[in-house]
Amino acid sequence: MSQFDLSKLPQGSKGFMHDWASDQRAFKGVPWGKAMMWIFLLSDTFIFSCFLIALMTARASTTVDWPYPSEVFGLTVFGTSVPLLLIAIMTFVLITSSGTMAIAVKYGYEKNRKLCGWFLLATAIGGLTFVGMQAFEWSKLIFHDGVRPWGNPFGAEQFGAFFFMVTGFHGTHVSIGVIFLFIFSRKVFRGDFDTGRRGYFTSMKSDYEAIEILGLYWHFVDLVWVFIFAFFYLW
Amino acid sequence: MGNDKKQEVHTHKLGIYLWIWGLLFVFSFFSYMVDYMNYQGLLRWSLIVFFMLAKAGFIMAIFMHLYWERWAIVNVLLWPMTAIGVFIGIMAAEAYYTFFTRMFYFVVGG
Repeated sequence: MSQFDLSKLPQGSKGFMHDWASDQRAFKGVPWGKAMMWIFLLSDTFIFSCFLIALMTARASTTVDWPYPSEVFGLTVFGTSVPLLLIAIMTFVLITSSGTMAIAVKYGYEKNRKLCGWFLLATAIGGLTFVGMQAFEWSKLIFHDGVRPWGNPFGAEQFGAFFFMVTGFHGTHVSIGVIFLFIFSRKVFRGDFDTGRRGYFTSMKSDYEAIEILGLYWHFVDLVWVFIFAFFYLW
Repeated sequence: MGNDKKQEVHTHKLGIYLWIWGLLFVFSFFSYMVDYMNYQGLLRWSLIVFFMLAKAGFIMAIFMHLYWERWAIVNVLLWPMTAIGVFIGIMAAEAYYTFFTRMFYFVVGG
């Protein structure tokens, strides 16, 4: 990273041409781990897009009424039914964990070990809360409403298959993120990135850049939820 | 690796993250209100898409630091999205055609 003085390189579209025409490396000032995480996220974007585009195709081509998510996911609180209440709370929890993650990355780069660790831990707990509420939502739909991938009491049969695939795939991403958040908050608290302690699996030294890479993944999970919330729950 | 990478470190003021965080809350609240107020039709869809894109834009630009990255990587990440746009268009046309043929054969018969 240090061999490039980024402020001396051309910026904007000229910089784009310069970096891609150079014979060294295209992504100047971007650590390889971050570039690889971005490219992984790009491929993951395509997977989630395929799910959501398939949802659009099924929903637009069926002649049967599509279940109305506002009612399917409504909750009754103190005798009044509130539409999409649980989903709204889940959305706010995930955004909050995204905010704490952004702050953890900031404190990581400032080498503030303790604050970085605490905000990572808060992010992990937010993610865990999200997964817990999703488990509640799934069990309510499966055991109470009798939704199955091949049918449901509300309307078009494809609804269940898409619900389990889309939210299940996203929930898997969240769960994997939570595991890594716990692992990395432990690494930060232990001071691995300050003392240059080698990783258990990789046997390599790392530094606070790893927190930004983990942050990219976590923000992506939040980003995907933005689209699922819009296209599956609100549309 | 190690100590020689001080120069391109992304440290921004805490305030910008808190601002964006607050904005995301506001946008989420409004997109939830679209459902709560039971808006329908074109109004509903345009509001949903607007708040969705606003939230996605702020998360990518600020939280994921894309605003501060060089164009070499920003272009690599954003241009492939146009393929998704094309795919949406193709599959929308396909879905409406399927719907039309289903209605035609259900109503008129084979």
